[in-house]
Amino acid sequence: MTISRRTVLKGAAAAAALASPAFIRNAFAEDPIKLGTVFDISGIFDAYGKPIDMAIRLAIKQINDAGGLLGRQIEHIGYDTQSDMALYTQYAQQLTRQDKVDVVHGGILSASREAIRPTLRKANTLYFYNIQYEGGVCDANCFVTGVTPAQTTEVQIPYTMEKWGKKVYILAADYNYGQLMARWIQKYFKDNGGETVAVEFFPLDVADFGSTITKIQTAAPDMVYSALVGGAHLSFYRQWAAAGMKSRIPLASTTLGVGSEHLVLTPEEGDGIVVCYNYSPELDTPANKAFTTAWGEMHGANTVPNIHELAVSNYQGVMLWAEAVKAAGSVENAKVRAALDSGLAYEGPAGMVTIDPKTHHATLDVHLMEMKGQKLNVIKSFGARQPIDTQLVCNLVANPDDNQQYEIKI
Amino acid sequence: MDLAAVVILDILYSIAVLVLISAGLAVVFGMMRVINLAHGEFMMLGGYTTIVSVNAGINIYIAMLIVAPLVVGLIGLVVERVVIRFLYGRLVDTMLATWGLSLFFIGAASMVFGNTTTGISTPVSGFTLGAYQINGYNFFIIVVAIALVIATYAVLRGTRLGLVARGTMQRPDMASALGYSADRVYMTTFFAGSALAGLAGGVMAPLVGLVPTWGSAYIAKAFITVISGGASVIVGLLSGSVLFGLVSQVFTILFTPVVGEVALLIAAVILLRLLPEGITGRFFRGRL
Repeated sequence: MTISRRTVLKGAAAAAALASPAFIRNAFAEDPIKLGTVFDISGIFDAYGKPIDMAIRLAIKQINDAGGLLGRQIEHIGYDTQSDMALYTQYAQQLTRQDKVDVVHGGILSASREAIRPTLRKANTLYFYNIQYEGGVCDANCFVTGVTPAQTTEVQIPYTMEKWGKKVYILAADYNYGQLMARWIQKYFKDNGGETVAVEFFPLDVADFGSTITKIQTAAPDMVYSALVGGAHLSFYRQWAAAGMKSRIPLASTTLGVGSEHLVLTPEEGDGIVVCYNYSPELDTPANKAFTTAWGEMHGANTVPNIHELAVSNYQGVMLWAEAVKAAGSVENAKVRAALDSGLAYEGPAGMVTIDPKTHHATLDVHLMEMKGQKLNVIKSFGARQPIDTQLVCNLVANPDDNQQYEIKI
Repeated sequence: MDLAAVVILDILYSIAVLVLISAGLAVVFGMMRVINLAHGEFMMLGGYTTIVSVNAGINIYIAMLIVAPLVVGLIGLVVERVVIRFLYGRLVDTMLATWGLSLFFIGAASMVFGNTTTGISTPVSGFTLGAYQINGYNFFIIVVAIALVIATYAVLRGTRLGLVARGTMQRPDMASALGYSADRVYMTTFFAGSALAGLAGGVMAPLVGLVPTWGSAYIAKAFITVISGGASVIVGLLSGSVLFGLVSQVFTILFTPVVGEVALLIAAVILLRLLPEGITGRFFRGRL
């Protein structure tokens, strides 16, 4: 059979006629609400990103199963940034311009947050950064539901000082989080009458800590604080244990366990390390039990031990946003923000999350924990801690147009 | 005193790592003049071979010292037969071909193992030296590096195979005239070079978190060491490793790991400006 221009035109017309009823129906039905995400689901930060992605999908499934929001289903548009900071800006552009999403939850490292925050603000797309970080972000369009140093480190340091002594050696990742976190650790040691003997920074791909371990021994501190980040830095804990240092100088960390590192390290490598976070899988609350059960049903019971702080705070971020959409009766950025600013609260697996309208950060519970047998055992809990560090510098009620990350004067 | 011993051990360790990661390249590039840009990926494959073997229940030492070199050596053999043998003497073409290979291996490893960090624990426990605790595995790496240099020297110097290999690299036509198949000799040498890269990857695997792109962290250092070492395979390898290991470790101890890396690169630039033919182009001329 020959295909002439006429037969093609006929075919096209017939196809258009067949397709048009569906097209008309779609146009009149309610479009889904679009929730965009950008996370490192592969690469050296995938230990953080994979469970986050699972948590987001769980939250969306639960909302959709319960009938969606405002009678509309939620559509998830997610991109994997492959632990490559350059991809964040690209995908953030795609989410705002091409996919035209209603809200973005995304970013793991502080560097990635600062890469996409301006794009989302410019596009007037509501942004949630649900990760524990160094504090100081002041942007009305950006809500932070993770903990900041004043919420965790402020209780962790007095505890470790009482237990181990006054002198600390700090190891930190060499980017904005590590640099600022190291200053916070120094500040709290000073405030409590302690002393910092040395601070050392490491690029994210450094995996050889031999000379550092020698240097630490020369400095002979009472403890080591680590704000190391990512898969390569995990070698430090291995090499530390392999050198037999575990029994000599105790370790505390502001990051270890956030990516379920306590499961990757053997008990011999991890036991005794003190951390302080918003969430531990061991939390014995009905909300946490319901959450872990639902997770097991969706992703398989074998993945439950992988649930970590960052996954839970992203789950809580999505749920908090959903509450705000319900309260606002709209997905419009300004209306949802107004609803969040009314002091909206949500009780999640890690406890009560309340938005602080002045800083757009969250008031959260924190727990002091010690690693033992690949578990994060809770030693002591502290309820409803405010983000007082960011409150020192940021007041979005007075200056709604503020848009920067303050380096909090320490 | 203890500190001095520990620092010396740190420096030796850093030299040993350079020897390990550069040995395979010294054979493939130094002897055969093949720019193998996939050298880092051969190491990466050695690392994965070790981890897979250990997880399959094989003793870790057998996995590192025997399985990894063998597997990577065989992969190298296939690569040589399929790609490299058509490209001897064509420097730029081998560069392109092996660069493509390196991308292929990274992609293949990502597909099989996932773009994620894996690792195994070190098999050697730490020991005490005076007031200091030392990572016993660093010591093991030093021992492996020394054994490797001695073994390579013994093979190249003491055996007929080594003699034929060296002769063929210098004058393939004469070697053929004397009845040796140059093709066969090139193949064997490439196999040996690949196996050395596999050994390096296997031995380094327990110290780090392994990702498919891991090799690219070492390729530059390996090339710098081999090129700065110059024409002699073993003396060049040793002198390059000693110089750069010393420089980078001293600066790491005095300052930070970042300064150490920078110092290594600056040392390489200055060295190649002063000695364009490498250390053995000027000193130890004509040695093995």
